[in-house]
Amino acid sequence: MTPKLNRWKRFADWDERPLRLDKFAAEDPANGFSAFSSPADPKPGIGITGGRVVSLDGVLEHDYDMIDRFIARHHIDSDVAPEAMALDSATVARWLVDMNVPREKLVRLAHGMTPAKLAEVVSQLNALEIAFAYSKMRARKTPGNQAHVTNAKDDPLQLAADAATAVAFGFDEIETTMRVSRNAWSNAVACAVGGAVGRWGTLFQCSSEEAEELRIAMAGFTSYAETVSVYGTEKSFTDGDDTPWSKAFLAAAYASRGVKMRCTSGAGSELLMGFHEAKSLLYLEARCLCLQRGMGVQGTQNGGIDGAPLTATIPGGVRELMAENLIAVWLDLECASGNDARSTESEIRVGAKILPYLIAGSDLICSGMGSILKYDNSFNPSLINGEELEDYLVLQRDFEADGGLTPLPESRAIELRERAVEAIAAVFEELGLSTPTEDMKTSVVYASGSDDTRSLMPRDVSFISEAIKERGITVIDVVKALANRGFREEAENLLNVVKLRLSGDYLQTSAMIRNGRIVSAVNDPNDYLGPGSGYRVSEERRLQLNDIRDVLDQKEVLRSEALHEKDEARHIRYRNLGPAASGSTNDDVVIGISPAFGLKLYRTTAGHRLSEVLGAMLDAIRARGLKARVVRFRHTADTSFLGLSAARLAGSGIGIGIQAKGTAVIHQRDRQPHNNLELFSNAPITRLEHYRALGANAAAYALGEMPEPIVVPQRGEAMGSRYHARVALIYAIETGLTEAGAAPEEVDVTLTGVKS
Amino acid sequence: MTRTRADYPLAETQPGAVTGKHGKALPEITLDAVLAGEVTMEDLRITPQALQAQADVARDVGRPTLALNFERGAELVEVPQDFIMQVYELLRPGRAKSKEELLEAAATMRDTYQAERIARFIEEAAETYAARGLFTFRF
Repeated sequence: MTPKLNRWKRFADWDERPLRLDKFAAEDPANGFSAFSSPADPKPGIGITGGRVVSLDGVLEHDYDMIDRFIARHHIDSDVAPEAMALDSATVARWLVDMNVPREKLVRLAHGMTPAKLAEVVSQLNALEIAFAYSKMRARKTPGNQAHVTNAKDDPLQLAADAATAVAFGFDEIETTMRVSRNAWSNAVACAVGGAVGRWGTLFQCSSEEAEELRIAMAGFTSYAETVSVYGTEKSFTDGDDTPWSKAFLAAAYASRGVKMRCTSGAGSELLMGFHEAKSLLYLEARCLCLQRGMGVQGTQNGGIDGAPLTATIPGGVRELMAENLIAVWLDLECASGNDARSTESEIRVGAKILPYLIAGSDLICSGMGSILKYDNSFNPSLINGEELEDYLVLQRDFEADGGLTPLPESRAIELRERAVEAIAAVFEELGLSTPTEDMKTSVVYASGSDDTRSLMPRDVSFISEAIKERGITVIDVVKALANRGFREEAENLLNVVKLRLSGDYLQTSAMIRNGRIVSAVNDPNDYLGPGSGYRVSEERRLQLNDIRDVLDQKEVLRSEALHEKDEARHIRYRNLGPAASGSTNDDVVIGISPAFGLKLYRTTAGHRLSEVLGAMLDAIRARGLKARVVRFRHTADTSFLGLSAARLAGSGIGIGIQAKGTAVIHQRDRQPHNNLELFSNAPITRLEHYRALGANAAAYALGEMPEPIVVPQRGEAMGSRYHARVALIYAIETGLTEAGAAPEEVDVTLTGVKS
Repeated sequence: MTRTRADYPLAETQPGAVTGKHGKALPEITLDAVLAGEVTMEDLRITPQALQAQADVARDVGRPTLALNFERGAELVEVPQDFIMQVYELLRPGRAKSKEELLEAAATMRDTYQAERIARFIEEAAETYAARGLFTFRF
């Protein structure tokens, strides 16, 4: 007896899926768990007297907290506000997705909108509309991407190698941070050197304590900063140990040093810090973003960021992350759009999260993507990591969407990693910081992650790092060291990045470097006005995106078949006996083989030799005392027709049709072509024993029996994705040999029985 | 001369006019010059003029708040790093114990470094911190 259970086993199956490791939170606005709206959110409103903002979203001036105050003074354009605030939010929402309403018009209106107004407008859009509006509203036309480059040992050799690899994949920015904070200077030098290998123009930042980060920038090692966080409530802001004024001052300080900067904000930070004021995530984020525009930063790292995993637990949370990014670009800020925290254990949720950004494009789609393995990511794992980077490359190819990356051939990766490791080792030696051994260097070049390396450890690194800091080593010393040791190209590349700060061109909104030139929202503005406008993947770029590794073509299939040709010649001989006749007695079964069977193609998709497959079927038929004939058909390559044609030539009326790729059928003389007795359609998992059983069953039918049909068990493999490209190419070889009206040929098969 | 988007990028449209703090122009800052010891970190620093030019460009493309940040930045170019960090620290919550400390910093910015915009910005912070009770003990 089957026992009764207390649950449907499907739920037990679901319990085992990675998804169930994700925890989900109930909507609870009073406790801050609300994505888009909360009873505590204010209604949009503004009061302006004599050009002064005297009330903001229902708060009178004398009650302003410091965030209201900053927004009222520095964000709101009081000339635009009366017009912008009077507009119906639904109308503005429609304009955001109307390709005929230019971006500039909407950006001007945003200058006069309060946080509650911006939130109210974008709340009206569904996820698809948000993605579309994002694509239309983002500031720079050409999309880009950012990588994390860190490792669990703060090993500078690996940082250099991984920075060089990230640069080669096409990342426009690389960001590092440390396990041990005093290792910041070593990380900075290592990534600056690694990032100068192969080409120049990748911007680099070393995320560390505010004052230290600015000092590292002053020494010339880094070229941008983004960990200048802002928050949407006053108490979170002060717990973050800053105010809008201190952060804005820092923004001016970065500008004064010619260093690019963006702020960071994201849903969920106030909730994590315990001061959410029961407001919705989107409203608080709208406040953060208005603050950032008011501060005059060129851009924002936005979209949950460290709060993304928490936001994703809330109903509508992922849509909210997209909505806050939309507000950022609507406010005309560069947007490094998050996708930088592993917000789920489910690979399906990962893929779903990234897709809208990939197809909409973004200034920096991830901020950043883990170019290193998950365990090496000192920021915590990213949404997409070194493990999954190839999946992302394939998504670019699938959707013909430019995600900022370009496939990197393995040989080129090794070449660049060797060069980067040699370069950083040379710099360390030249500056008397360390003398890495050959074994250290070699272990790093070939390592996927720091588990594979025998290199510098965090303590070794601390000595290097503190020496760099204490001796006041600057980028000029590093440039000289590189050149003196023969790394002239890298020295030039590094110098070029530092020279960017002279003109300050890269301080403008959404600036990055492509092919040695500045590309920003000033000289590459998003001009989307419908199909044919905005960013389009050029043919040249499309071919780059397509160029993933291990791509099959017919030449490749024929090449691998040719390898098997000689081998098969030792196992089987096919001799054409002339036109095949109908069987005159009822004791024969005909095996109909396809045009290329054994002539151009030699193995089934499961990898079995056709000689063995044929031998197994012949043996099984003969074992029942029947005659087995082999007939080659050239009028068709289709399994059903092969089988039916064979059946019609058989005295028993039973035939087997088989293609070279191994797809087979048992057929009977008087049936419709596609209504066979048994079909073996999953050739990749069909084994020799199945072919033997197939032969036995064919014999049984010929003897008038009703055998148990053979079922080739499958476990849900994505057979199509694994084999169909190859199958289609193979099948084209078969159909290429067909000839209309060609007569069946009787074939004498000699199995020579040589085992290899 | 007020720059416009047509002047952007300055490093490409007028490289000879882009100079470092000591007047060395972009084309002169070569690897060979670095190796000859002719380039210092000071030669690689942005000038107030370049920041003003970027402010002009930002304003021309409709980004007035970004322009103001560049202008505040221009005022800080000549301010020593230590004083910048000192003022930044003072602007953080609870560091200044009274409005006067901030006003004093503002006065130094104005009088010593002719940083008028920055001075007004610090004064605005002082006024806000007083109104919001931020001159309190934090640690």
